[in-house]
Amino acid sequence: MRTTTTWTVLLAGGLLALAPAAAATAASPSPSPSSSGPAAPASTAGNSFLTATSLAPGQDASVDADTGDYLYWSFAASEGQTPTVTVTVTLPAATDRHGPQTWTTEVFDGLRRRQSCTAGTQSATAAQSAATLTSSCTLRQIRSWAEPWSGDPLPGTYYVKLSVADAPGQDLGLPAQARLHIASTGGADDAQPEGGALKAALVPPVNAGATLAPDVTAAPTAAPTATATATATTGLLGAAAPAAAVSHWYSDWFSQWNTRWGWTLAGGALASLAGVAGYSLTRHPRRSRRPGAYGPGAREQHERYVEATRG
Amino acid sequence: MIHKMRAVIINRRKAARLPSLLAALAITGVSLLSGCPALADEPTGGPPAATTTEAPKVDLILDDSGSMRTADIQGRSRLSVAQQSLDEVVDALPDETEFGIRVLGATYPGNDKSQGCLDTQSLYPVGKTNKVEAKTAVATLRPTGWTPIGLALRGAAQDLGPGQTTRRIVLITDGEDDCAPPDPCDVARQLAAQGIHLVIDTLGLAHDDNVKNQLLCIANATGGTYTDVRTQEQLSKKLKQIVGQADNTYRQTPAAATGTDTCAGAPVLAPGVYSDREKFSEHRYYRVPVQPGQELRASVSVSLDRAVARDYGVLLQATDTSGQELVRGTDAGSGRTDVVSTGLRWAASRTSQDSPSPTAATTATTTSTAGGDVCLVVSNSLAPQPGVATDPGLPLELTVGLTTASPAPSGPVLGLGRGWTLLLVLTGAGLVCGLLFGWIARWRIAVWREN
Repeated sequence: MRTTTTWTVLLAGGLLALAPAAAATAASPSPSPSSSGPAAPASTAGNSFLTATSLAPGQDASVDADTGDYLYWSFAASEGQTPTVTVTVTLPAATDRHGPQTWTTEVFDGLRRRQSCTAGTQSATAAQSAATLTSSCTLRQIRSWAEPWSGDPLPGTYYVKLSVADAPGQDLGLPAQARLHIASTGGADDAQPEGGALKAALVPPVNAGATLAPDVTAAPTAAPTATATATATTGLLGAAAPAAAVSHWYSDWFSQWNTRWGWTLAGGALASLAGVAGYSLTRHPRRSRRPGAYGPGAREQHERYVEATRG
Repeated sequence: MIHKMRAVIINRRKAARLPSLLAALAITGVSLLSGCPALADEPTGGPPAATTTEAPKVDLILDDSGSMRTADIQGRSRLSVAQQSLDEVVDALPDETEFGIRVLGATYPGNDKSQGCLDTQSLYPVGKTNKVEAKTAVATLRPTGWTPIGLALRGAAQDLGPGQTTRRIVLITDGEDDCAPPDPCDVARQLAAQGIHLVIDTLGLAHDDNVKNQLLCIANATGGTYTDVRTQEQLSKKLKQIVGQADNTYRQTPAAATGTDTCAGAPVLAPGVYSDREKFSEHRYYRVPVQPGQELRASVSVSLDRAVARDYGVLLQATDTSGQELVRGTDAGSGRTDVVSTGLRWAASRTSQDSPSPTAATTATTTSTAGGDVCLVVSNSLAPQPGVATDPGLPLELTVGLTTASPAPSGPVLGLGRGWTLLLVLTGAGLVCGLLFGWIARWRIAVWREN
């Protein structure tokens, strides 16, 4: 019986150690840089939402631009992530400039809705003598689902717009260089609300539409996401779209795979062990070969028995 | 049940086997599940993007006026710098790009303004470029006459011809237009308003404030860029960048739509991107048919292509056909910007028919149903600065998307749990159950013995 107890304790300890380990291994379904490493920095930027240069996950951008240009990039973010956009601007030669410059980093979602920055210097001002300027914006955590009426960040395309918010008129048009870096923390396991899912990521269409006859009641549903996904891989046409998960017959069961499975299984195992342990604690003392070893009051019974036999 | 369990428990070896079995099961389960590849992030190969037969078109306007002989860029004349950069750009032209060159002020050296201001010709027609011929044509240029920028812009628009894709005009100049009217900035705005998808990028070779303001105005009017050229390398690099940009993005061209001032006669839009023009304080209506179970996604951008008052805003409303607001998107700001944009989502609810509003019930004129047509209303709170033209309207870009509506989540996946509290509760419950079963078993044995 002592061996049983030892086993129980050991296994319980092992399972307890296992549960967080499972949590750690399962918590990384976010798009990670492929084994070939991140792509080379993009050398272009669009000058409107429609022509924004789409960046692959982990890809930076390094662009020669002019002071006063409106530079657009798009990147994909998936649920649970918290993207941070960091921009470093190498300003024109200080001798050519006539005053301080303010550069602003703005982030918009796939529906061109302005996204709030929770941290970072969204608008940075550089003195006339400064050589570089850094601006950054940390978004809210991307939610897995939100009501249509809310403006919460959702999986899909995000646009970064870098522009000069304020500069002396004479300084517009001077050459500057902008470097963009996007980092993300978190993964699908943290996404709120749990169990929520957006049927289609917020990826805007980029192809021209068609005006229908006035009596048409159902518009053909174009597949902007499919087109955008296909073209996002080529990096030329279309807004950046999050990679879609591969579908299998068991996907429905485990598509929502997360650490809850590990925790619940571990909990069940522990409960059964505890049940066995609890049952064995109440074993009838008379059945025990070594009295006093198990059960509440067994030792007292044994002592009473010993005293009785002496007497 | 209890007898069975007791039989198991009483046997020491079996008792030792049971927890090990359970634990082994749990361990295998966990390791299997954590290795599950269901969420492997591999990009799926979708259908290829729709291709157009049109080629990217770029027409370059080179100022050849007398002032181009000024030698102030790294000690060289402005024209020779422009010529060298053009050579480099022609050499690096992508195969599919159709490239043309137009000159202004290249032929008439006299002082007659009326004649000098008509002096603009196509030096090399827009089309598949013979690189040697194009470079030879550029090399023959000598600084000569006047600077009719407005006329040259119109000429370039004609050179490019009609088409469904975005075309680019690149203007390299060192001087202010000395032939106005027409004012080149107004010309640019009119060209943009014709819906012929033109973007004008400007490059200034002189650092004069008037030149700069004029070129900035032209670039802003069409969504182009302005570059203040300081070195020959900068000019070459910028030109190559513009040509590359034209090559990469010329297909992203919206379809033209014309919104109306009421919902009833509004154009019906399929998913896609549209362009239109909206005047100050104007409301523009569009209709989108939305079926029950579908989600409408729309966004709008209003470009500020002229000087507007310091504060600005845009409002996009979705209403039903009776004018009831369903949802709105809004954005406002102040300061320097190119566009002001917002968007909205709206899902056709399956149950909204159950609760018609009292007015709708009494008048019975509304055909408001779940699904059906949704009207998109674009309005702006923009004001022109004094002296700024209000016609044509500001460029407006509208995107419309329809997808499957996403229902509200029902809670964590399959009711599974997580956390140390869960483990404690489950273990505690197991222990209590075990004790309970044990005591019941003991009590039953005691009862059985007594009898």
